[in-house]
Amino acid sequence: MNHDILGRQQLYPVTIEVNGRSRRGHSTTRMLLSDYLRHELGLTGTHVGCEHGVCGACTVQLDGVACRSCLTLAVQADGRRVDTVESLAGEGGVLSELQAAFKRHHALQCGFCTAGILMSSTDWLQRLRQQGRKPSEQDVRDMLSGHLCRCTGYAPIVKALMEVADA
Amino acid sequence: MKPAAFDYVRADSAEAACELLARHGEQARILAGGQSLMAVLNMRLAQPEMLIDISRSVSLARIEIRDGYLQVGASATQAELEWREGLARELPLLQLAFPHISHFQIRNRGTVCGSIAHADPSAELPLCLLALKGSVVLRRGTRQRLLPADQFFTGMLSTARAPDELLEAVRFPLARPGQGFGFREFSRRHGDFAVCAVAAIADAQGLRVAVGGVADRPMVREWPLLEGSALDDALNEFAWALDARDDPQISAASRRHLVRRLGRQAVAEALQARNSK
Ligand SMILES: Cc1cc2nc3c(=O)[nH]c(=O)nc-3n(C[C@H](O)[C@H](O)[C@H](O)COP(=O)(O)OP(=O)(O)OC[C@H]3O[C@@H](n4cnc5c(N)ncnc54)[C@H](O)[C@@H]3O)c2cc1C
Ligand code: FES
Ligand code: FES
Repeated sequence: MNHDILGRQQLYPVTIEVNGRSRRGHSTTRMLLSDYLRHELGLTGTHVGCEHGVCGACTVQLDGVACRSCLTLAVQADGRRVDTVESLAGEGGVLSELQAAFKRHHALQCGFCTAGILMSSTDWLQRLRQQGRKPSEQDVRDMLSGHLCRCTGYAPIVKALMEVADA
Repeated sequence: MKPAAFDYVRADSAEAACELLARHGEQARILAGGQSLMAVLNMRLAQPEMLIDISRSVSLARIEIRDGYLQVGASATQAELEWREGLARELPLLQLAFPHISHFQIRNRGTVCGSIAHADPSAELPLCLLALKGSVVLRRGTRQRLLPADQFFTGMLSTARAPDELLEAVRFPLARPGQGFGFREFSRRHGDFAVCAVAAIADAQGLRVAVGGVADRPMVREWPLLEGSALDDALNEFAWALDARDDPQISAASRRHLVRRLGRQAVAEALQARNSK
């Protein structure tokens, strides 16, 4: 069996469909997807906090599924689809339903945690919608346990999410 | 922090992963969901020479019903199992436990087998596997061996898996008629690792109760259908036998208290589920 072993010293081309556009950059084996998005592609909407999966700031969608970009290698995303917070607003910066609800409810202050929360919540709400399920407030809080926000106290975030879930 | 440098290779089948393990052995680590391993690498608590990434293997991602058990392949994620239609009927215990396992975003990537291979004493999936009398399929080259859960977990983050073996799949015995299940957990915040977790199974013959988060691995006891103070005594004996230690989170005495308390609740839940069928 022939294995394509990527050596640690070299740079490898990494092509990802980012927010609907094919983007190509270069990465070593050890580069995190979060760093690739921010430094290689200049997409700084994805934030980096703890780099061990706890804070949720770096959450993006990989093939449509919310996950931590700090626990994923850039080379693992080669040939796949990644959506970041920059994908949410429509033409001319029109806010998505969820973003608009966040604005209405003052669900952010410094905004550090917001990108991650939006990317998790869009995946989660969509999946529940597909199953015809409406989340309870407790469900929303459980989902939010994967994100740390040090500003808002969560109440406005929960309100914004409940409003969109009930719509 | 950032991980130290390593070589990286993708393995799209059990054969490929085993060949790489045979060649690189202890220098190499399997990368499944990365939800424990990547954090460990980022903090440089481990610096393997090579990562063998099985996360995109389609053949290893199968979840299928076999002869009385559900087999979950090495690259199937926790979310794939959790969102499986029919899980509530097939494996009610897992359905009760999943909401306690980390967070939605982590379960999206973390694998079932990865959690069992990692063998954190507080992790819910090893606890459920032991409670259900499940087993693991280990593979070296073309040779497979089947090991029951109680022989697989050998201590804190340690298992009977040899460095050149792949944990190819795990097997959860399906719920049988007449069984009832209960699950209780105490943790500091929702989604944190358990300070103490209890899984209980009740059937016509008796009780099977497993505890995680207290000893260095999940532990299990079997009793006839005890009630009242006889059940309290049995849980108390179990709590002491787990040899709880004080740690910065909680005292040993509180841990024993949790075993008794959550044990009572999980058993009650299991008995009720059995009777309401
Ligand atoms: C913020 C956070 C909170 C968490 N909370 C919890 C929690 O409450 N409860 C809980 O149980 N877990 C929790 N976890 C851990 C999570 O469930 C992990 O996903 C899981 O333990 C490991 O699965 P993985 O697929 O990510 O494995 P990886 O991280 O890829 O691997 C873990 C280890 O197992 C080895 N390994 C993996 N698969 C195999 C295989 N098939 N054969 C041989 N070796 C293998 C790897 O080499 C590595 O040493 C948490 C994680 C995070 C980041
Ligand atoms: S930076 Fe990824 S979870 Fe905190
Ligand atoms: S808005 Fe500041 S951390 Fe959440």
